[in-house]
Amino acid sequence: MNSKRQIRFRLNGEDTEVAFAPHKTLLEVLREDLNLTGTKHGCELGECGTCAVLVDGRSILSCLMLGLEAEGREVKTIEGMANGSQLHPLQQTFADLGAAQCGYCSPGFLLVAEELLQKSPNPTRAEIQEALSGNLCRCTGYIKIYEAVELAAAQMRGEAYELPKESIYGLD
Amino acid sequence: MAKDLNVVGKPFRKVDARAKCVGQTKFADDIVLPRMLFCKLLRSHVPHALIKNIDVSKALALPGVLAIITGKDLPIPYGILPVSQDEHALCIDKVRFVGDPVAAVAAIDEDVAFDAMNLIEVEYEPLNTISSIEEAVLIDEPRIHEYGDSGNIHKKVSLEFGNVEDGFAEADLVREDVFFYEGNTHLPMEQHAAVAHFDADQKITLWTSTQTPHYVHRALAKVLEMPASHIRVIATPNGGGFGGKSDPFNHEVAVCKLALITGRPVKITLTREEVFYCHRGRHPVLMKVKTGVKNDGAITAMHFQSFLDGGAYGSYGVASTFYTGALQTVTYEVPRYKFQGLRAFTNKPPCGPKRGHGTPQPRYALEVHLDKIAEQLRLDPVEIRRKHLVPPNSVTANYLRIGSMGLGACIDKVVEGSDWKNRFSGWHPANRKLPFGKGIGIACSSYICGAGLPIYWNNMPQSGVQLRLDRQGGVCVMCGSIDIGQGSDSVLAYIVAEILGIDPFDIRVVTADTDLTPVDLGSYSSRVTLMTGNAAIQAADRARELLVMAVAEKLGVPIENLSLAERRVFDVENPEVGVSFAEATVLAESKFGTIGTVGSYTPPQSPGKYKGSGVGPSPAYSYSAAVAEVDVNPDTGIVVVERVWIAHDVGRSINPLLVMGQVEGSVYMALGEILMEEMTYRTNRNVVHKFPSMLEYKSPTTMEMCDVKTYLIEDPDPNGPYGAKEVGQGPLLPVPPAVANAVYNAVGVRIDEVPITPEKVLRALKDKARGRSPRYGPEDVPSVAWPDSLRVLTPAEGGDGTEMPRVAVHS
Repeated sequence: MNSKRQIRFRLNGEDTEVAFAPHKTLLEVLREDLNLTGTKHGCELGECGTCAVLVDGRSILSCLMLGLEAEGREVKTIEGMANGSQLHPLQQTFADLGAAQCGYCSPGFLLVAEELLQKSPNPTRAEIQEALSGNLCRCTGYIKIYEAVELAAAQMRGEAYELPKESIYGLD
Repeated sequence: MAKDLNVVGKPFRKVDARAKCVGQTKFADDIVLPRMLFCKLLRSHVPHALIKNIDVSKALALPGVLAIITGKDLPIPYGILPVSQDEHALCIDKVRFVGDPVAAVAAIDEDVAFDAMNLIEVEYEPLNTISSIEEAVLIDEPRIHEYGDSGNIHKKVSLEFGNVEDGFAEADLVREDVFFYEGNTHLPMEQHAAVAHFDADQKITLWTSTQTPHYVHRALAKVLEMPASHIRVIATPNGGGFGGKSDPFNHEVAVCKLALITGRPVKITLTREEVFYCHRGRHPVLMKVKTGVKNDGAITAMHFQSFLDGGAYGSYGVASTFYTGALQTVTYEVPRYKFQGLRAFTNKPPCGPKRGHGTPQPRYALEVHLDKIAEQLRLDPVEIRRKHLVPPNSVTANYLRIGSMGLGACIDKVVEGSDWKNRFSGWHPANRKLPFGKGIGIACSSYICGAGLPIYWNNMPQSGVQLRLDRQGGVCVMCGSIDIGQGSDSVLAYIVAEILGIDPFDIRVVTADTDLTPVDLGSYSSRVTLMTGNAAIQAADRARELLVMAVAEKLGVPIENLSLAERRVFDVENPEVGVSFAEATVLAESKFGTIGTVGSYTPPQSPGKYKGSGVGPSPAYSYSAAVAEVDVNPDTGIVVVERVWIAHDVGRSINPLLVMGQVEGSVYMALGEILMEEMTYRTNRNVVHKFPSMLEYKSPTTMEMCDVKTYLIEDPDPNGPYGAKEVGQGPLLPVPPAVANAVYNAVGVRIDEVPITPEKVLRALKDKARGRSPRYGPEDVPSVAWPDSLRVLTPAEGGDGTEMPRVAVHS
């Protein structure tokens, strides 16, 4: 067995040290060595987007990155997305609009959406689709996710935005 | 006096939604226990073979390996259906598909378990394989199983309601078509996972990602030979199910056994590849449908044949087989109906229930067939459907009792919304209004709201709910149902909150724990909202009664004057006279003692009494209609579904936002099935899955998902809670045939085989250009000796739902 290696990095805004077997992926280190099980896995082969986290503000698939590569970097997981007990607007709208059904893919979608809104505060529907195209969701058909991103984006811009009635009740 | 509803019908968020958005929800793989071991299953790499020997000595010698078990350690068979107890946790003397487990390792970590798994030596003696329905029909030996109707035929059924030949004789047109619907899989984002813990008091607890904790509980008691009272199954929130987590699975049994042996907790999490082998997904079905119609499109008789490729085990397959023939009669009137179904065993991962269980395949066949009939009769495809709907409150030829029936309204909505009349302009190509390559198509469907009968025969309720009210106003609702993302926990909270006049977020919901919650049979067959909803109403009404009795006495107000709303119990005639909900619980507990109530639900008895009548009856039927708009590129064959208009008769929305989510999710999953998803195998002797990975098994991303225009039709059904019917599965059904019909409208070729891939479209277009049949699909079905039909007089013929005495002579 390989002996453990230790790294230091910023994790959800806190300085963190962790030791782990050097072959472990960032996904495994987060879940198994740091007990941050909010980051999920769907394939562990870089196919589904479920394990996405933000590294230095960019979304990456944590199943494809070695834990060692996190040395000295800034990593954000779903556990670090809320500001204390105050949910991030995206977390709020995902919950309120039913963008999380089973919720298993939600952490990955939320972090990728956060990255999008950092870069593009007023994205078009097509931009949202493209930004989220690496994340699979089997429950929602993506539509409630788009709507949640749009609503959160408007809130973050300080604009009033009301969800169309047809998104909640269907068309008349 | 109808009370205004405060919770039901409102778009509350789900009671568990925030936990899911902050990473707090504990899925099965998130559970970590001290001293926990990790389990790996060694799976067969050959499709069909006798096991001659298994040598685990090298693996056992590996440091860190605590235990290894093989088939002989778990000799008792199990299976979801009482008639198909054909699975072993680990194969004993034979493997039946690539992926069939033969040994299980428990080790200190996953890496050691993996290394140990690779040190196990298995000696196989290969057997010839059965890779298709056609082979199973032709080749009796070797048999994949020693049971079943014959050779490699698991099940053959033949039912006839009325005399279909009489019906065909009355018809102006009799048409026959053949279709094939390829198998596909659930692909839940969460891989199956389970953790078992055996405690010092000889009780075992299994946390598992299952849709059916009660059935897992039963299977464990049987296989482990332990009293059920010593086994606790806790279903963890499912990261997607879609039917794929509805069977008791090998890995669930294996980790329990390893926990018993080692005395330590044992976890397993399947790899994505293994999830493909667990499968239990959509059966590939070959179908032949023959229908007699009058010139106005009225059906005089229908004969439907289906051939299911069941894979290597029974699973839900007998039920799936009947479902391929059950619901043809609940949309359009079919006065005489004959169904013949056959399920084959093949050396592939077992098929089972996927969203719509056994009905998307025949619905696709029926709706495309009807489109072809409409063309032949020069009828509008809307009219041929709209004019011949099954009436509400009626009984079909195969004895399914229809309650509310909102299909007419569904059709009207999608026809209007899609501007059908200005875009579909008859069947003659010269009249077309849309440019070549653009097309629209329509289809309709229906689905059950729970099965009328439980999987194992019993007289007990299908769903139970228990409520506990504490003296500070706390309400805990307990139910065996499991939330797989559809929102079943929330439905319980909404209904109890409605009746008790409190906020849904005031309620603690405890579900899917066999130690703590009354039995609910599970999240399958779209049963949960209707059945747990009715049980919750009963439990909450009983609690409400205790509260109002106590409050009435205290306030000196007649019981019937009291209303529960806004966390108060008050006099409706004098609203300021009242007490808080918390005070009401104190009054009730003071008067009656500890407040706990129960409710349960048993579906009404079905009018069908014949053998085979157990599949199809339901307390209510949901209805859907869809129009699809497609763009077909004639040079590449690529079909882009641009928009789907869908209307769904949900009876009543307990929460419209969640209903919308189920409709949109169903359209999405249907889109995957019709355009790209397929479980395909190399068909040489090594029947191996071509691409057990998420990259190669294509499913729709955001870039393929279409625009969806949804209409919710609310035609309350007397059997549903507040009139509610199902929505989780039904809206998937009309979409595949609507797309197929739209492809024909766009480019004039019929793709009678799902999925509609570019290759098939191009092939059909080439054939059309060469003057051949503009169609891609199977030509015929295998010739099979069917058993004598079980004959049942229809209700219209004065039948009583029982079968007629068998006659010796048959045609």
